[in-house]
Amino acid sequence: MVASQANRPAQMPSSSVDPSEIAHFAKDSARWWDASGPFAPLHRLNPVRLGWVRDQAIQHFGRDSKSMTSLAGLTVMDVGCGGGLVAEPLARMGATTLGLDADAVAIEAATAHAAGHDLNLTYRVGSVEAEPADTYDLVTALEVVEHTTDPTAFVIACARTVRPGGLLLLSTLNRTAKSFALGIVAAERVLRWVPAGTHDWKKFVKPAELARACRAAGLDVVDTTGLVFDPLAGAFKRSATDLSVNYFLAATKPTA
Amino acid sequence: MTSEKTTDDVLIVGGGLAGLSLAASLGHAGLRVAVADRDAPATQLDEAFDGRTTAIAFGSQRLLTEIGVWSRLEADAEPIREIRVADGGSSLFLHFDHREVAPITGNAAPFGWIVENRRLRRALFERCAELPKVTHLAPMAVEDHAVEGETVTARLADGSTRRARLLVGADGRTSPTRERAGIATIGWPYRQTAIVCVAGHEKPHNGIAVEHFLAPGPFAILPMTDAPDGTHRSSIVWTERPETVEPLLAADQATFDAELQRRFGPHLGAVRTLGRRFSYPLSLLQARRFTAPRLALVGEAAHAIHPIAGQGLNLGMRDIAALAELIVDHARLGLDIGSPALLQDYARRRRVDALALSAATDVLDRLFSNDIPPIAAARRIGLAAVGQVPSLKRFFMRYAMGQRAGAGLDLPRLVRGEKL
Repeated sequence: MVASQANRPAQMPSSSVDPSEIAHFAKDSARWWDASGPFAPLHRLNPVRLGWVRDQAIQHFGRDSKSMTSLAGLTVMDVGCGGGLVAEPLARMGATTLGLDADAVAIEAATAHAAGHDLNLTYRVGSVEAEPADTYDLVTALEVVEHTTDPTAFVIACARTVRPGGLLLLSTLNRTAKSFALGIVAAERVLRWVPAGTHDWKKFVKPAELARACRAAGLDVVDTTGLVFDPLAGAFKRSATDLSVNYFLAATKPTA
Repeated sequence: MTSEKTTDDVLIVGGGLAGLSLAASLGHAGLRVAVADRDAPATQLDEAFDGRTTAIAFGSQRLLTEIGVWSRLEADAEPIREIRVADGGSSLFLHFDHREVAPITGNAAPFGWIVENRRLRRALFERCAELPKVTHLAPMAVEDHAVEGETVTARLADGSTRRARLLVGADGRTSPTRERAGIATIGWPYRQTAIVCVAGHEKPHNGIAVEHFLAPGPFAILPMTDAPDGTHRSSIVWTERPETVEPLLAADQATFDAELQRRFGPHLGAVRTLGRRFSYPLSLLQARRFTAPRLALVGEAAHAIHPIAGQGLNLGMRDIAALAELIVDHARLGLDIGSPALLQDYARRRRVDALALSAATDVLDRLFSNDIPPIAAARRIGLAAVGQVPSLKRFFMRYAMGQRAGAGLDLPRLVRGEKL
């Protein structure tokens, strides 16, 4: 696959961005907000993953769970924001938000979708390695780790930008037989929930590997939660124990 | 169209009991809401506007408590402590005592409360006026609405426009909003009209509601609070064939009171009407869909059922509890509160409940509003049987109190008495 010039990320000294991954997403980038389009599974996933992000942030920063703007006053960076499916809701929750992605078409779609709304939301084409260290209260990278060239390096790069006392929230796919069956065979080839070639199973990351990367970056892992599909309800839901396919990981950066 | 545009989270068309309850629920949770009603508030509070009373079930009362309305209403609400159901002239009673539902409510709470609609309306007006993010536009008709992208824009009677993420049709059984959205309805009229009035009676009612199943339709005596002068009062819902209603409404007070007394029986002493007589033709109506793009229907705009079991408003309150919960949960996550996913979820949650209740009340009415001997005999046995089987009886009571959801669905938080 060849990335078009427009979609090629700005050249970084050392970047976790995989050009072939960017090219894969870029061909559908204009349709990020079409809930029944190529990103439909992310729309379906969104309530449950935003629910987990909000709960973690509320707990860590001592916020009011009944508030409509529970993240007010926090600075947030969403790495690999795509069309802004997570960044825009985070801004609506009150956070001053930066959405970062290597795909210029996705950033364009994200910017267009947020236009005209009164939000503290900025989008930028770029990669996390170029961001300043020890800056953000909260850094999120949801369903991104598995698309990078070197997951460990990517996690360390994200962790670097979290301010001491801040929070890093990640979600990705586990490398298990079940995730191969569900994530690749079922989702891509049978159900066609996501376009074929969306995921490379070999790049999937085990929770222990992700936790090790966080600890290598000097962070403490505070939560791991599974994400399972409930066929009866037709919806995703959290699971405290089943991390075999999708899962979340929360880590904090110690103060000083 | 003027260039003036105001943006809300939710715009509710219709400021009746359903529309205002939803506005108060959402405003209470911190959302920006506008309610537009074509009638002026003063008109709606006039005794001549709406003579009906409402049976507020336990679940609806919990919702009203949670959104800060019940405290203003409590003094005007008469608790129903017992329900007696009698079939025609027979002496067979089905008797429900609120102490039997203690396992459901946790204490001996009443089955429900009888409140005059205008008192409930006034409490809702007051609560909405208190909430800084609720705008009450009345009198103000909504002339038209259009969906564009993730916004719905409504044109108001004064030429201004308002934008919102979601439009709610709470404009009653003839809902113009529903018609504009092209949502068809199914239903049929009942050959019945309800006469509604307030009766003063010699003896206190002791919180007992009575439902007599007479051949033309049910005759209900619902306990009200005493009048300021101490007169004992009950609200009467008296179902008759349309041709009987005209002469009754036209009759002089003495004639009407004599007819009333005949159906009342002697148990509360001498009976006389207080104030006006109202009449409402009865029909069953169900919207084919509860949603359209950026639009949700609630209350009678979605479904109007037979008043036989006093469940109309309570069904609407469950719509409101379910919709408010979905909207608030989505808004807290920064998600689009008018998204197809949310509307689909709302429709899925409500359809089972609305259909089950429409069917049940329709069957009840058909079963009881006739004199065919085998049916009359069967229902007498049926009434007695329900009374003999405690679990069956508790099932009915739980439903009547609004404490049952459809199969596989959770009750909305507000109906369970929890915070949104």
